[in-house]
Amino acid sequence: MAIGRTPAHAGSSAETSLLRRPDGRSGLAGWMTTVDHKRLGILYMLSAFTFLGLGSIEAFLIRLQLAVPNQQLVSPDVYNQLFTMHGVTMVFLAIMPLGTGFANYFVPLMIGARDLAFPRLNAFGYWIYLFGGVFVYSSVFLGGAPDAGWFAYAPLTSLSNNPGNGIDFYMIGLLIAGIGTLVTAMNLIVTIFSMRAPGMAMMRMPVFVWMILVTSFLIIFAFPPLTIALFQVIMDRTFGTLFYVPAAGGLPILWQHLFWIFGHPEVYIIILPAFGVISEVIPTFSRKPLFGYPVMILSGIFIGFMGFAVWSHHMFTTGLGPVANTAFSLTSFVIGVPTGVKIFNWLGTMWGGSIRFATPMLYAIAFLFMFVMGGITGIMLAMPPFDAQANSTYFVVAHFHYVMGGGALFAFLAGFYYWFPKISGRLLSERMSQAAFWVLFVGFNMIFMPQHFAGLLGMPRRVQTYQAGIGLEIYNLVSTAGTFVMGLALAMVVFSVVRAFLSGQRAPADPWDGRTLEWSVPSPPPHYDFTSQPIVYARDAWWAAKHPELAHDEPSHEYDASLFDRGGIHLPGASWFPFVLAAGIFAGSYGVLYHNWPLAILMGLVVVVSTYGWAFEGVGGHHVHPGESAHAETGSA
Amino acid sequence: MPMTRWLGRATLALAATSSLAGCEFAGPQSTLDPAGPVAQAQLELLAWSYWLSWLVMIAVFGVLAYVLVRFRRRRSDPDAVPQQFHGSVPLEIGLTIVPVLIVIAVAVPTVRTIFATETRVTPGPDDVVVDVTGYQWWWRFEYPELGIVTANELHVPAGTRVILNLDSADVLHAFWVPRIAGKRDLIPNQNNQLWFEVSEPGNYSGQCAELCLGAHAYMRLRLIAEPQAEFDAWVDRFTSAADRPVQTDPQVQRGHQLFATKGCTNCHTIDGYRAGTPVGTPDFPNLTNFGLRTTLAAGNLDNTRENLAAWLRDSQAIKPGNYMPQLWSEADPNADDEIAAIAAYLLSLGSDDSTLTQATLGGSDGDR
Repeated sequence: MAIGRTPAHAGSSAETSLLRRPDGRSGLAGWMTTVDHKRLGILYMLSAFTFLGLGSIEAFLIRLQLAVPNQQLVSPDVYNQLFTMHGVTMVFLAIMPLGTGFANYFVPLMIGARDLAFPRLNAFGYWIYLFGGVFVYSSVFLGGAPDAGWFAYAPLTSLSNNPGNGIDFYMIGLLIAGIGTLVTAMNLIVTIFSMRAPGMAMMRMPVFVWMILVTSFLIIFAFPPLTIALFQVIMDRTFGTLFYVPAAGGLPILWQHLFWIFGHPEVYIIILPAFGVISEVIPTFSRKPLFGYPVMILSGIFIGFMGFAVWSHHMFTTGLGPVANTAFSLTSFVIGVPTGVKIFNWLGTMWGGSIRFATPMLYAIAFLFMFVMGGITGIMLAMPPFDAQANSTYFVVAHFHYVMGGGALFAFLAGFYYWFPKISGRLLSERMSQAAFWVLFVGFNMIFMPQHFAGLLGMPRRVQTYQAGIGLEIYNLVSTAGTFVMGLALAMVVFSVVRAFLSGQRAPADPWDGRTLEWSVPSPPPHYDFTSQPIVYARDAWWAAKHPELAHDEPSHEYDASLFDRGGIHLPGASWFPFVLAAGIFAGSYGVLYHNWPLAILMGLVVVVSTYGWAFEGVGGHHVHPGESAHAETGSA
Repeated sequence: MPMTRWLGRATLALAATSSLAGCEFAGPQSTLDPAGPVAQAQLELLAWSYWLSWLVMIAVFGVLAYVLVRFRRRRSDPDAVPQQFHGSVPLEIGLTIVPVLIVIAVAVPTVRTIFATETRVTPGPDDVVVDVTGYQWWWRFEYPELGIVTANELHVPAGTRVILNLDSADVLHAFWVPRIAGKRDLIPNQNNQLWFEVSEPGNYSGQCAELCLGAHAYMRLRLIAEPQAEFDAWVDRFTSAADRPVQTDPQVQRGHQLFATKGCTNCHTIDGYRAGTPVGTPDFPNLTNFGLRTTLAAGNLDNTRENLAAWLRDSQAIKPGNYMPQLWSEADPNADDEIAAIAAYLLSLGSDDSTLTQATLGGSDGDR
């Protein structure tokens, strides 16, 4: 019994609250105070796609500058800001939150729950992520964006080497955005462990949910080292400590260790949810269950675990010595094994299936193609002697774009096309979506395939320009031309989405012949998600319900459906406090950054008071009885 | 002995790759066109993994293509429900072993090459040792055993092991001459070492490969490998630089004076500029024997009279962000004469009155 454990009237403390609990669902205030996992999921996706757009504009300017050698379209300083913001945006503000957005929306629906375990914490997680992103971007208008690259190697970030405020915006921005990532990870873990529908055993969960679970654990263990490193630099720059000041004996290499102990798991934090999406899309469009489900889950866990044992492969050229390089090379190779197993199992899923080439499946197939490419160059880069040549060149740039772009982003686009009808209640034009896919696929490979060769011919990354006559011209020109193709594809995607909202066909509940529970509810789902508590008797629960004769599992236990939702469905109340708390941290961060201590202290008070208000706001919420009459809502607290 | 066979195949693959490099992928900074044993070993590893990866790609994409065609949904029977199988334990064990084998095939030569190319060495009597210090945005080369300090052009004898001790004066840099050896980072408070050997005499270009802000993209260098005799002659020129008088040409004489009065001596050292009184500081490029340089502005331009004049007039246009001050205002009527004089003086450094320097003869002989 996952929902409705709390007594219906426990939330009568509304009168003592500082800010009256809002009860409306509409309007700006409705969105600002929402605790509905679906709305927050939509907000995550909207924000992530907005940041994706900003990151793409930065990428476009980078490529314009590099179109021909010795160009001075943007100055070195602006160029450094562009690629730094591009990296920070894509990693922290676009692709990772896209995974969080999908998790927010679909984890509860897939496990038969009606929300996350801590709905207000979920709202807080979203707002602090958004404010973190806005904070970093505000640097553009406040004296210049960070310019030391997305991994901000010390001592490039020290006050003497980098006196502007850009680095402070990076450090503090990531710190506060990281709070959101952490609390959301904890929220998802508790949700997945404790709120699954009756019968939804762990080994019946959709693989996407499993991957989100693994990812959430990775976040919990990976973010603390980053937090420590960020704090050290903030302290260095704000209070004059000397962690990364070489003149005082500081060891800059420490930053690299701390950053990559976070940074490599971060790669898996991004890619594992993508694996999860692919593991949902391929079975659906092959009309077959996932091949080797337990192996898929174990390999995901193994990849996550090994992710903490490979960080120094980002540092092969820092002079760690042959023994350390050998150790980290071998652990990196080991990751190739479970990854290869995953590829084989996706192929095994399609084998013998009935494959439908709808847009989500096209993206999933493209993902397979490009992820294998990125994986192969990854194995190459895990060889330290070759890495000595390729590290910090365009070969690496090509490699991680094949993994993060061709891999994670294409997988999330598969997820976007797969779930768009569910979220919006509209169907996208299949013809236009497929056309956009092909343009995007061609554009992406035009941009990044030539970069392998540019790197091997001696082009370092992060250079504002390059020498003419050393053989780099053609690769850079083709790469830049590719951005126009990819830009066209993105325009086609946006156009088709807009058109779907204006005049698209209504989506049925289950347009793809889906296998998991989110397809059992209407599109878009009602705000209470499930009219009655779903009860699960098999893996691929919705498919099993549609095809009981084909069910794989034997029901281990019979549940009495009449035991659930007897007092109606309890839905949590909206709240102002998550937003106010996040806004307090956001505004206080400017106080810290500008050494404006009165502002910092004032905002610290806002944080304390809104935490207090949050804690004593009570459970709130109301009950709905959709089974009795479609829109009856009673018992508003 | 499968290992030997693999290595044999790797050599074949390498031959194929090298011939490929010969026509298409050669270039002054091409990692595919090695000119020393370290870069050669690094390329061999790439070649081995490159051909292995073709194997993987053909297998995976072949199966993918087959599956997509063979198991596509048929128009004739769109509602067919295929058999719902969930996996196969023997198949999955087998498919786990395949990547394990591939990984082992890559790992063995990798570990061998790591220890062959990255083991720290102790300098012997035959080695040339150079202390390299990275600065924003140039390179300081000090030969401690020879008493030479210079900048941005690294002279080494061909066929001799060269050991670089790497340090940085400010932020991170990375020393990278792709045709000779992979890069190694220059990190403050960390004594990194890079060693290599250049097989053939020639000019090899390289550049900083770790973001150091500002003019990072313009922080280039030239490695000049010479036969031992020419290297020795170059060393002699340096050790005798302080004893060589300023040339008698009046323009050179004027440039010599202007070098002090325009403030160049505040930063730049020239051995023997003023008898008994050193000029400049170690934190800026040492210009001793500047006329022997083939490039200027950290490898960005050929060292010709015109380029040097353009550099002195407006260095920011050539290397944006560098720390050279602008010494003449736009309107300064003496600018042309003074710049020409300083350029003449700098280019005279390293030669006697009777001999002409490489640069005055018309610059470098190109990169290759």
